[in-house]
Amino acid sequence: MLFHQFGTRTARAGAIAAVFVSIALVATGCSSDSGTPAASDGGSGSSDANLSITFLPKNLGNAYFETSDKGGEKAIKEFGGSYAEVGPSEATPDAQVSYINTLTQQGVGAIVVSANDPKAIGGALNDARDAGVKVVTYDSDTDVEYRDVFINQADSAGIAKVQVGLIADQIGDAGEVAILSASANATNQNAWIELMKKEIADNHPDITVVETVYGDDDDQTSFDKTAALLQTHPNLKGIISPTTVGIAAAARYLQTSEYKGKVALTGLGTPNQMRDYVNDGTVTAFALWNPADLGYLASYAAKALIEGTITGAEGDTFDAGDLGSYTVGADGVVLLGDPYEFNKDNIADFDF
Amino acid sequence: MSNTVTAAPTRVYRDYGQPYWRRALVTRESGIIALFVIVVLAAIVWVPYFDQPITMTFLLLDVAPILLIALPMTLIIITGEIDLSVASVVGLSSVLLGTLHQAGLPIPLAALVAILAGALGGALNGFLVTVVGLPSLAVTIGTLALYRGLAVGLLGTTAVTDFDPFWTSLAKSKIGDTGVPSIMIPFVILLIVFAVVLHFTSFGRGVYAIGQSSEAASFSGVKVQRTKFILFVLAGAVAAFAGIYYTLRYGSARGDNATGLELQVIAAVLLGGVSIFGGRGALHGVIAGVLLIGVLGSALRLANVTSDVINIITGTLLVLSVVSTSFLAWLHKKQPRNRGIKDGSHAAKA
Repeated sequence: MLFHQFGTRTARAGAIAAVFVSIALVATGCSSDSGTPAASDGGSGSSDANLSITFLPKNLGNAYFETSDKGGEKAIKEFGGSYAEVGPSEATPDAQVSYINTLTQQGVGAIVVSANDPKAIGGALNDARDAGVKVVTYDSDTDVEYRDVFINQADSAGIAKVQVGLIADQIGDAGEVAILSASANATNQNAWIELMKKEIADNHPDITVVETVYGDDDDQTSFDKTAALLQTHPNLKGIISPTTVGIAAAARYLQTSEYKGKVALTGLGTPNQMRDYVNDGTVTAFALWNPADLGYLASYAAKALIEGTITGAEGDTFDAGDLGSYTVGADGVVLLGDPYEFNKDNIADFDF
Repeated sequence: MSNTVTAAPTRVYRDYGQPYWRRALVTRESGIIALFVIVVLAAIVWVPYFDQPITMTFLLLDVAPILLIALPMTLIIITGEIDLSVASVVGLSSVLLGTLHQAGLPIPLAALVAILAGALGGALNGFLVTVVGLPSLAVTIGTLALYRGLAVGLLGTTAVTDFDPFWTSLAKSKIGDTGVPSIMIPFVILLIVFAVVLHFTSFGRGVYAIGQSSEAASFSGVKVQRTKFILFVLAGAVAAFAGIYYTLRYGSARGDNATGLELQVIAAVLLGGVSIFGGRGALHGVIAGVLLIGVLGSALRLANVTSDVINIITGTLLVLSVVSTSFLAWLHKKQPRNRGIKDGSHAAKA
């Protein structure tokens, strides 16, 4: 009807062009079909163990997973396996199931997956394992029965210890500190806060925690709570914010206030959010795990599973290249280690 | 006298009396079916691992919710209306199944309640469209948010996952050794019901008539509002059934289940040759449309094509399918035998 109405030469030319584009699209679609898988076949055939390892993050186009999967790729190159990354554009479990099914059909050696749901992708993962595919979870675990090992980025004790250590260094191990958390009923936040208070009581007797406030992981609320904290406690020397939203909002407040450089701020943040504040001195150092190391370790765990070095049982030990040697803990969990400290010297190396 | 009598039928014959094979084969539906067959053949030849029976099993398991919801959606779009709330009904039915199961209700009973709730949700859409007289696009954008909000509100960010393995494995089971998932049984039954209703009953003729011209249909005795209302209720009920399948297949009742599914359903229906302006379309084309998008996704994933490229290809396909309708109509009119038609009504329906 469109062309019937316009009927001009331009419209006809456009229509013909559209048909050719469609043919070209189908053609290119088909030609890339025949090209790509050949490479992965070559990789899997080159050694007796099938070291083709595919990363399946929660979704593609996510800077955090791009960093972690690059780390995974680096490891796979080191030991001569073949690396691939697939994933949905939306972080939904049903889309991940389609990809897991596809990887099962392709017969990859191992899938390294960050689960969008601890249960929903379980059936597909078990189908994959029945077909001989090893399953490593990283960042977000599934239920224990669906995977061989889980690479845990950090445990609560490590997170608490590193943050207390950072604030103690920055305020000279004495004085008043406050905590800016997410919401009052956030399970992991509360666990960390308890452990931090215990760590301070046990090892830093001159530090007192004067107040814990909740910014609800909302930028503006966190910003306002920071302002209120600083007015209520004139002797405050430091703030710990174990949430990425909170630490960025607090840093934004400090940057333009009279407290810049006088009140220390640390916590869990991402380099991209914190870069400006670290470079201008508002924040000296903060912590988070290093996603690149997380992916790197996951690749070596996948390799060890494929080669049969480990089965995922507690006490199994495997070599993880530059990171050294790791031991599988209870429930098939491998702990990456203490959180990584970001400061002015190393923040330029990270982009996530 | 005999001259005038023979002259008139001859004209009719020249304009409309095309050979049967032409009328049967040169349709949008057969175009989509042909494209589907071509894509399948190309994938078998070029895509490694595609030519296994398991490919079909996974594919049908994946597209089953889309196939199911596409049935009532086809009828709704043929009447010239649209229902954007179906994916939210899937989410709501999923959450209801989960919470009722948690409260101790047996699965069949919980499923029944969920389907009734879905029908009720559809009835609200139908009420707002037919009785209040609001446009379905606006109404169902509203209920899309409303039903999703209810679903997420009921269960929060948690998920109910402790379903009896009997039910979750039933959702994934296959018919004997055929590799065809069991969910295809209720689907085929529903397909037959919808096909008979749409193509062989006066209710079905009414659906097309409403899409061509709601007023003309009304004057011809079609109960326009009642027909639309029934279709919205059916869409709600079928979407809720799809939600139960979805929940049990993934073993997880979540408020955000099937987010965005409505667009996949509508895309497949339009690709299958149903006119977004109403009045035209057929179920076999829609089934081919759903399967075409499914097979394309499956083959491209197996060929390690990234999800963004898959989206670009299916999106382009959809746009081209809409463009090609106009192009075919234009081409049809160019043919010498159709030149005499000035009003274009024949060409527009080709």
